[in-house]
Amino acid sequence: MIGLFVSRSITDNFVKFGGKTAAMNISMSVAVNEFETLVRTHTPVLLRVARRFMHSEEDARDALQDAFVSAFRSLGNFAKNAQLSTWLHRIVINACLMKLRTQRRHPEEDIEKYLPRFLEDGHQVESSVTWSESADTILQRTELCGLVRRCIEQLPDTYRVVLLLRDIEELSTEEVAQILGVTPNAVKIRLHRGRQALRTLLDPHMRNVS
Amino acid sequence: MTDRPYLPCTEIIGFLSDYLDGELSPDRKFEFDRHLAVCPSCVAYLETYKETIRMAKASELPVDDAPEDLIKAILAVTRG
Repeated sequence: MIGLFVSRSITDNFVKFGGKTAAMNISMSVAVNEFETLVRTHTPVLLRVARRFMHSEEDARDALQDAFVSAFRSLGNFAKNAQLSTWLHRIVINACLMKLRTQRRHPEEDIEKYLPRFLEDGHQVESSVTWSESADTILQRTELCGLVRRCIEQLPDTYRVVLLLRDIEELSTEEVAQILGVTPNAVKIRLHRGRQALRTLLDPHMRNVS
Repeated sequence: MTDRPYLPCTEIIGFLSDYLDGELSPDRKFEFDRHLAVCPSCVAYLETYKETIRMAKASELPVDDAPEDLIKAILAVTRG
């Protein structure tokens, strides 16, 4: 049950948190045990999400830890008819974005160099060509999945984060706009530029796949 | 047949996302399709753009077992 929906007992027990009676201590103990189950059940998938967003394994683990602390503190506010996995997923994403914001020390790399260039008459400077194999065939090769992930990692965070949220985490434009505090139109522009830049980074590899 | 000039490639590629999402007006979509019918380079760009999205989705990391030390660290922090 805990894997799909948070049980009534776990949230009720957390609401009671801080009680001094023996009964409350038992409730707290049950809640703590249920929380451990929750952590064990959801950590594999949530760690994968954190690894996508963060630039190092250490940061991914830190972000996940922050997320669970946040979840632990707000379990009492969890809407009992909501889906636990979705709720935790959003908390992990927020923890990752918070951490990325604090780490953003240097000016971000300009994305312009990854965008297509055009002549004065509006034609592409360099003609595009189709890739030699379909993505489905190519992605059966593990090393090419790694290549795609490395190319995504090269994108400036402003665009990488939107691409991850929309194309991989599959949040809607409106949800992403809300999380990032920007307009839906800004999300669309960043997503399009992020995809264009990723395409540019993949292009030399994909033209030569045999 | 129409003798209107074709939209430039820059216009097609700049609004490709709207085209794929079906967010263009019928007139505008008509002009996009008219351009794509005569421009192999933009067709190639469109195809590789779609492949890029598919590849990003399919490049997801595998789900590994949760590292025990991480679980213990999380539980230790939450138990205060």
